[in-house]
Amino acid sequence: MAKYLLLKHYRGAPASVNDVPMDQWTPEEVSAHMRYMNDFAAKLEGTGEFVDSQALSPQGTFVRSDGEGRPPITDGPFAETKDLIAGWMVIDVETYERALELAGELSAAPGAGGKPIHEWLEVRPFYGVCPTTTE
Amino acid sequence: MDEALLRALTPSVIGVLVRRGADFAAAEDAVQDALIEALRVWPRDAPADPKGWLVTVAWRKFLDAVRADTSRRDREARVEEEPVSGPGEAVDDTLQLYFLCAHPSLTPASAVALTLRAVGGLTTRQIAQAYLVPEATMAQRISRAKRTVSAVRFNQPGDVATVLRVLYLVFNEGYSGDVDLAAEAIRLTRQLAARINHEEVAGLLALMLLHHARRPARTDAEGRLVPLAEQDRGRWDTRLIVEGVDILQAALARDRLGEFQTQAAIAALHADARTAQETDWVQIVEWYDELVRLTGSPVARLNRAVAVGEADGPRAGLAALAELDPDLPRHTAVAAYLQERDGDLATAARLYAQAARSASSLPERDHLTRQAARLNARLRDPGGFSDSLASDG
Repeated sequence: MAKYLLLKHYRGAPASVNDVPMDQWTPEEVSAHMRYMNDFAAKLEGTGEFVDSQALSPQGTFVRSDGEGRPPITDGPFAETKDLIAGWMVIDVETYERALELAGELSAAPGAGGKPIHEWLEVRPFYGVCPTTTE
Repeated sequence: MDEALLRALTPSVIGVLVRRGADFAAAEDAVQDALIEALRVWPRDAPADPKGWLVTVAWRKFLDAVRADTSRRDREARVEEEPVSGPGEAVDDTLQLYFLCAHPSLTPASAVALTLRAVGGLTTRQIAQAYLVPEATMAQRISRAKRTVSAVRFNQPGDVATVLRVLYLVFNEGYSGDVDLAAEAIRLTRQLAARINHEEVAGLLALMLLHHARRPARTDAEGRLVPLAEQDRGRWDTRLIVEGVDILQAALARDRLGEFQTQAAIAALHADARTAQETDWVQIVEWYDELVRLTGSPVARLNRAVAVGEADGPRAGLAALAELDPDLPRHTAVAAYLQERDGDLATAARLYAQAARSASSLPERDHLTRQAARLNARLRDPGGFSDSLASDG
């Protein structure tokens, strides 16, 4: 088994095919979308492939140290051009192909007009454990 | 197995060990070990005397730990020479534990964790699961908390107000995973109310019961938030409401008003209305005035603006809102609600969408997004039936 991070962006990823903002959908479409996401996570729990899922608020800022004894520097809130992560799901699957298949399925969550959003999701492999058998 | 009994016995068993001479940190560890053993052993071999069993096992665990720690030889000798010392039996150990675990030197997160373990009898794993942190992290938080209070004498009188704040925090955490923290907070507040005659303890208990009564109606089958005005009041738990109101009335009769009694009074007025339209908003505004006077809290002022909007119309609500800091959490959501009531749907829709972006929880974000979506749909199709108000709260 190998772990993959499915990363969703508020900004920074190429635009979705169906990219009408959510507050312009009908309430039923919003509910259908939420239901799809919940069902997707529940299904992966059922198949033993779900690890974690978290959503991030769009609020945030960049921070760095300005050296010892000085207050940290902030660069924010996020400017419009910056990549902004919306959330992630961690899955534990047999193959890379399975990870792509699941990311594709998640990307097809319904949006405006009940049509799939076809949003871009980033798929990133975790570094695995170093197998003891190769020693 | 009676896990509830096991958990109810926890604080008094810690008290027994402390009176026998164990320090609080070691006693608490030993009782936690005994609890874990009880969870393993009791299901197939329940003891006739549960408390006696716990005391025996915990004391043995304590002595094992002392013996294992060679640097503590001196103390071991002392403990075995004089097994009974410390405060006398007249002291209510459980009450003392409430005070100790909510000691003002602790951070709120530490006080909460320590209270749930030492007073609530939850295992570290259960507490970690409830707060969605790794078990090792929660274990560290608890040991650090115990080090912080290590110099506090066990029988030192404490401050009820700090205990109430801790219980209130636990209650507000709701429930995730196996442990229902709201129900646990109610159990701990009940146990406290049985030990100490204090109007604000009663006020907090009433507040919790009245809020808990509404829980079945607060979300729909799909986990969506249902606002108070749209809740199916038939799903409110009337038994809890009756109990909450009784407790509150007895507390108010003592004529020593505090913030929890005031919040409970507001909750009771909502509980009293058979429909949202019957709500006595004028009285609710008066109680919010009291709450603002008692606490000066900006959150109370924000809630008061909502109540003013209901009692005196949305314009009055917006005027009250205009006096508050716009950076307050939920300020934008309140503004959106009042603008909608005032008929400015476009502004309301924009504010709902803006409020959704700064929401602090997913259910709240989704709810606000749906509100924006509902208004935008109406604006696109003003006479349409596609989205009546009732179709989606």
